[in-house]
This record gives sequence, C-alpha cells and structure tokens, in this order.
Amino acid sequence: MAMWFARSRNLVSILRQNLGLSATLIKRNHSSPRPVFTNYQLSSRVFLDPSTSFRHESTAVETQPDLVQQSDHEDDAQELDFPGGKVGYTSEMKFIPESSSRRIPCYRVLNEHGKIISDSDFIPVSEKLAVRMYEQMATLQVMDHIFYEAQRQGRISFYLTSVGEEAINIASAAALSPEDVVLPQYREPGVLLWRGFTLEEFANQCFGNKADYGKGRQMPIHYGSNQHNYFTVSSPIATQLPQAAGVGYALKMEKKNACAVTFIGDGGTSEGDFHAGLNFAAVMEAPVVFICRNNGWAISTHISEQFRSDGIVVKGQAYGIRSIRVDGNDALAVYSAVRSAREMAVTEQRPVLIEAMTYRVGHHSTSDDSTKYREADEIQYWKMSRNPVNRFKKWVEDNGWWSEEDESKLRSSTRKQLLQAIQAAEKWEKQPLTELFNDVYDVKTKNLEEQEVGLKALVEKQPQDYPTGFHI
Amino acid sequence: MWGILRRSAVDGGGFSASSLRRTRSALVSARSYASGSKEMTVRDALNSAIDEEMSADPKVFVMGEEVGQYQGAYKITKGLLEKYGPERVYDTPITEAGFTGIGVGAAYAGLKPVVEFMTFNFSMQAIDHIINSAAKSNYMSAGQINVPIVFRGPNGAAAGVGAQHSQCYAAWYASVPGLKVLAPYSAEDARGLLKAAIRDPDPVVFLENELLYGESFPISEEALDSSFCLPIGKAKIEREGKDVTITTFSKMVGFALKAAEKLAEEGISAEVINLRSIRPLDRATINASVRKTSRLVTVEEGFPQHGVCAEICASVVEESFSYLDAPVERIAGADVPMPYAANLERLALPQVEDIVRAAKRACYRSK
Repeated sequence: MAMWFARSRNLVSILRQNLGLSATLIKRNHSSPRPVFTNYQLSSRVFLDPSTSFRHESTAVETQPDLVQQSDHEDDAQELDFPGGKVGYTSEMKFIPESSSRRIPCYRVLNEHGKIISDSDFIPVSEKLAVRMYEQMATLQVMDHIFYEAQRQGRISFYLTSVGEEAINIASAAALSPEDVVLPQYREPGVLLWRGFTLEEFANQCFGNKADYGKGRQMPIHYGSNQHNYFTVSSPIATQLPQAAGVGYALKMEKKNACAVTFIGDGGTSEGDFHAGLNFAAVMEAPVVFICRNNGWAISTHISEQFRSDGIVVKGQAYGIRSIRVDGNDALAVYSAVRSAREMAVTEQRPVLIEAMTYRVGHHSTSDDSTKYREADEIQYWKMSRNPVNRFKKWVEDNGWWSEEDESKLRSSTRKQLLQAIQAAEKWEKQPLTELFNDVYDVKTKNLEEQEVGLKALVEKQPQDYPTGFHI
Repeated sequence: MWGILRRSAVDGGGFSASSLRRTRSALVSARSYASGSKEMTVRDALNSAIDEEMSADPKVFVMGEEVGQYQGAYKITKGLLEKYGPERVYDTPITEAGFTGIGVGAAYAGLKPVVEFMTFNFSMQAIDHIINSAAKSNYMSAGQINVPIVFRGPNGAAAGVGAQHSQCYAAWYASVPGLKVLAPYSAEDARGLLKAAIRDPDPVVFLENELLYGESFPISEEALDSSFCLPIGKAKIEREGKDVTITTFSKMVGFALKAAEKLAEEGISAEVINLRSIRPLDRATINASVRKTSRLVTVEEGFPQHGVCAEICASVVEESFSYLDAPVERIAGADVPMPYAANLERLALPQVEDIVRAAKRACYRSK
C-alpha cells in the first residue's frame, strides 16, 4: 500500500517558507547568524523506508523560538569551550521563562464533527483499515462496559476501563508492526485486542481460570502474551519505561527491524523511572516510542497538581528526544503520529516521545468513584461531545464505509460474544494446586518441592478444610 | 603441593595490603582444595568468569557505572571493554533505577545482562526493579517472561566507609521468592558461582565482598577450566569437625576458619560450613551437620534482626530440635548503622574472638 503524506500544499513551498522563518529567527539580533542549538535546525528529511521502499518525509522538526532570547552584544559571536561542547555566552542576564508564551500546539486531523481539517498532513488510511479500526474501537467500548458490569455484579474482583481513550489504544496499535514489542502501563488492552487477543482470552485472565495464560497469578486486567509481543502488565507505575529502553537496546543489538513501544499516563511521568527511562533511551540511542496518555487525572490528582510544565511534550527536548503533542481523541492523528514515530525510531535508531491529549471518562478503576473529586458535568461533556469513537465513526460513515445496520450488528454480536465468554470463563475450573509452586524459578527448588508434597498430603488428609471441587 | 594460604591481614581498621601473614593449614588445604599450586585472587576469579561467559554466549553483556573505560570501580571488569566493545560493556549514567530497569527489560527481551552495583547499598535505589519486576515476573507471567539477569557487586562492610556503604543485604534479598542469592568466599567460589549465576535462567543476586577482592586462594585445574560451574543451593563444608557446627558466608568464612584453628588448640573440633548459597539455603547440609555435632553457631556480618542467622536457627530448631545439646548461638553485626571510626567499626562487626566465645558457650566451656 502506497503511503505518503496527503498534502494539499506544495512541499517545496512549505520548506521554503519554514526555512525562511528560521533564518529570520536566527538573524534577528545578530550581526552574524549563529544557531542557538545546533540540533534544532528545521529540516524536512526524506529517507528511504526499507520495509516498504517508499520515500517518506519525516515530520518537520521545528525550532522553538520562544525558548531562548538572543541578545545584542557582539561578544556573542564568540564561544566558550566546556565539557559537552561549545556554547555561546551572553552578558545579558536573562532567565529562561518557566513557561513558553504559547503552549505546544496539538496535532489533529479530524475536527469534532469527523471531517478532515483542510491542509492536514496525515497518512491516508484505507477503507479496510479504517473499518477494522472502528470495529475494534467499538469492541473495546463494549468489552469495557460488560466487564465493568461483571465486576459490579461481583463476578470478577477488579476491572479498569479505557473509556475515552479508545482512539489511543486502537490507532496506535494499528500503526505498529506485530514485531514491535509493547510494554503497556494498564490502560491499553486495545493494543492487545488489535493484535488478536480474543474476548475469551481477556475473560479467562479476569477470572484467573485454568485457561488463563497467566495461570491465575495476577489480578484482572494484568494481561500478557508473548505470542502477541505484549509484555505482562506490571502494577508499579513507570517501571516499564527503563525496561522499554532495555528492550530497545536488545532489539538494537540484534539489529531487528522493530522497536519497543511503551505507554505511560500523565501521573506516571512524575516517577523517577520516567526520567531514567527517557534519559537512558536517548543516551543509548535505543529505538523506543514513548507514548504518554495525558488524560488529565491520576486517580484523584489533577494534572495541575502533578506537574507545572506545559504537559509532557516539552520534557522530551530536555532529554534530547524528538517529541510531538497529538490529539489523542483523533484516531487519524494518532495513527499518523505513531506510524511516523515508529519509522523514525527504527530507521534512525532513536527514541521518540508522543504526548496524546485525552480525557479519562471512566473512573480510575472499579475501586474508584471519580464523582467524588470531579464534576459530573465535566465527565458528561467528554463522554458525549468529545467522544473519540463517535468522531471516527462519523468520518468512516461519511466515506460510506459504515452503516447503522453494521453498527447494531457489531454491537449486539460483540455483546453476545462477551456474555458467553464471561459465562464460560466463570464456569471453567481454576488452576490445580501444583501451579502454586511452579514458575517461581525455572526449575523448582528443593524446598518448594518439599512444600508441594507437604501441601498435597495435607489436602488429602483434611479435605473438609478445602472448598469442594478444589483439586490437586 | 599444599597451597599456601597467603592472606593480607584484615583488621577492623584501615584497609591495607601491607601486612601479610602466611598460614599453612594442611588439613584445610587437603580437604578444601584439589591439589594444585596455582593461586588466584577473588578479583581475577570474577574477571575470568565474566570473560569466559561473555566469550561463550554473545547474549551476555555487562552494565554498570565505571565498568568500561574505568575498568570497573574495583577493577572486576578490567580488560572487558577492550575485548568486547562498548555495546557489551556498557558504561551507564548514574541511575541505578535506570540501568536496573534497562537490564530487566533487556532480559525480558532475551539478553543476559550482568548488572554491577558499585555497592549493594546503592541497589536500594533500584530495589523495585529487582523485587517487583525481576523476581516476580516469571511467576506472574506464568513462565512467559523469564529474567536471566545477574545483579552483582560488593556487599556488606568494607573498611572505614560508614553507614551508607556498609550494610549487608543478604537477608533482604534472600527473603524474596523468585530470586537466587549467592555469596562466594574463595576464588573457586567466585568463579564457579558467578558462572552458574550467569548461566541460570532465573534472576540472581550475587553478593561479593570488597575486602575479599584482593585475597588470593589456591585454585584447582578443574576450577580454572572454562566449563567449571558450582551448583546453586549447595553449601560447602570448608573444615570437618565433630563438636560444633559453625555456619557462615562471605568474609566471615575466613574468620570462622581462624576461630576453628583457635578452638582446635583448646580441644574443640569445629565444623565450618560455607553457605555459598543464601537462597536456596542448603538446609539439608546444615541440619545434617548439626545432627552430627549437636551444637550450632551461626555467623553473619549483617544486622541481627530478621537476618540469615535467624532463618538458620529457625530451620535447625524446626528440623533437628531433638539433636541439639545446647541453645543455638547467633553472631551478627551490632544493631547500629555502621560507624566510621576504626575502633567503633571493629566493635560493630563480629570478630574471631566472638565466634570462639560463642562456640565455647555452646560446648559449655565458658561462663
């Protein structure tokens, strides 16, 4: 499938325009032009994608004019030598402001009515891909709804929804290749869904039954599947970030045509591991795509209490990492951004940061009631007017690729399949007792063998102390 | 033919290799080491073990602060950068949490990292990755994600380095299922156990000792072979005896052997067990020994509460109670953060005399 940036503007004219702009910036107060940061030169790089052998244009990397003010002094033409390279100096004492006068703009393609904004850059999506993306987004919605209800009915102990973040989940997954290794946080089951994890497999994990690939070892929603290159969800926040850098390093060493992709929320960026992971990935030049789902809330902590920076995208530059802010509720924008980031990560062997702006419509989890700390009106607004699934649906429908009939068929059949999956998963027997002692180590140690023998003997001797149907 | 044990005198005070003391211990040499006149320092033993494992398996790589260009903070990774290049001997930024996390991620993806902590005291900044990710992943993922990683570095007290550089973490790590915890003493231990650790598919915490790095031990031809490996989970009887069992690990093994010499002069035959493996703990060997001698003295450098010694005492009392002729004796470090001043440091750590006294108490030979 041919891919190129759909542009209604001429590329050359953009280049000329932008180069002209940066030249103006650099020349502004100087007798001799000198770039402030040598890395931050505007370039539109054309490179060959080995996998498709089509030419791509990379996303333009822009200067940030507000960041450092130039001064008038002639001394500035000279430079000082320090470890780390040459740096110009200024006699004017000027602090870099704590925030830019303008927030980093958000990349979007579809407006709220599902219409493509004129002059958008984006990677076109075929009917087949678009329909699949929409179907999966709707499936994720139904899955979340039904599993949430199942928890409320006491059938599973815990659940965590991705309501409001369906576009991030599905569009990012669609933009990756199956060899890319995913290290999730916990609000990305859509990525696993896209890769082929079945509704039955999701149900089995939530019920921790014998068919669960996790053998009943983990709480619900802690899915994992080697087959789908999706590492098991780990509860401590942000540990997956330096681990993703390590996976990226392994892929780099083995020269694989793949990258590591890892997700984090806005709250998770406060962890020390965020700093360590990004810093390290940059130094190691590891192929990692960091996707931050900035959904405004970390349980009850609003982002205004989480950080004072302009979100997360501005932190990328601090680590020497290329970054972009994208409208996370716009499936086409997310698709294009992740697709481009992935190509950059693999072909240029570098990390990339994507901040996807969105809103957490659901509660943090089934253990949370978010109406206690935020307005019900706010939740309603995002649920109805800023719904990513509806927005994408409008675009797909406008193209004539989806109908109301398709919609009701999909929703009812998915619902039915899920209810059946839950019923089946609930009835399926649980793991045998022997699974308690397996996998602590590769090979069971002697003391574990002894404990297993002892426990088996005890269960046989005192069956009345154990539930009926409990088997060894 | 008998290896001559050459040891630098290790006093509680300043670390100096200036005073050498020759001890010829024929009985010890015959029982403990195969005949051979070669000697090797623990440092060289560790270096050769890493070198050989890196040579044998391209997935093995080393990571840590100062391991490459600087040749290793304690020169354990000397020469490896030149031999294997910067991709496989990776100098990390100063972030234990970062490079431990990266090591775990690389292990998830199939590589075999050997992560060096400048001292295990600094591993505290990375302990979540070690415990919640490395130790538990295989279990939580039901075998889908195994973590063939080794965390190594100096552990326990050195000399005059104060509280934040002297803690022993054996008990901390050994309490966690999913980890294996090893503590070598001699050069042979160092080689055999490190090679076993690198080859093991489970995460291993490898506790070295800074003061042992410079010590030389006789080493057999067998131990010098590149395929040499010691079993994990097996203790070693360094010296056989019949009156009292002394169990310990790492540097304290040397102290226990000296104590055994002193006790022998007074007619008490002590059996010294070098644990080698803290998790899994070789309860079988320890209990078999206690059933033979009827008395236990267990020694460690670390803090007393919830220590390795506490676990050994519990195991012996549970399994060999009717064989005991005396209450179990436990020698550990003082229950204080390690002081810096040389005289205070000496008081805060077990000394040979403490072990001798405890053994005598167990034998009802002292007040």
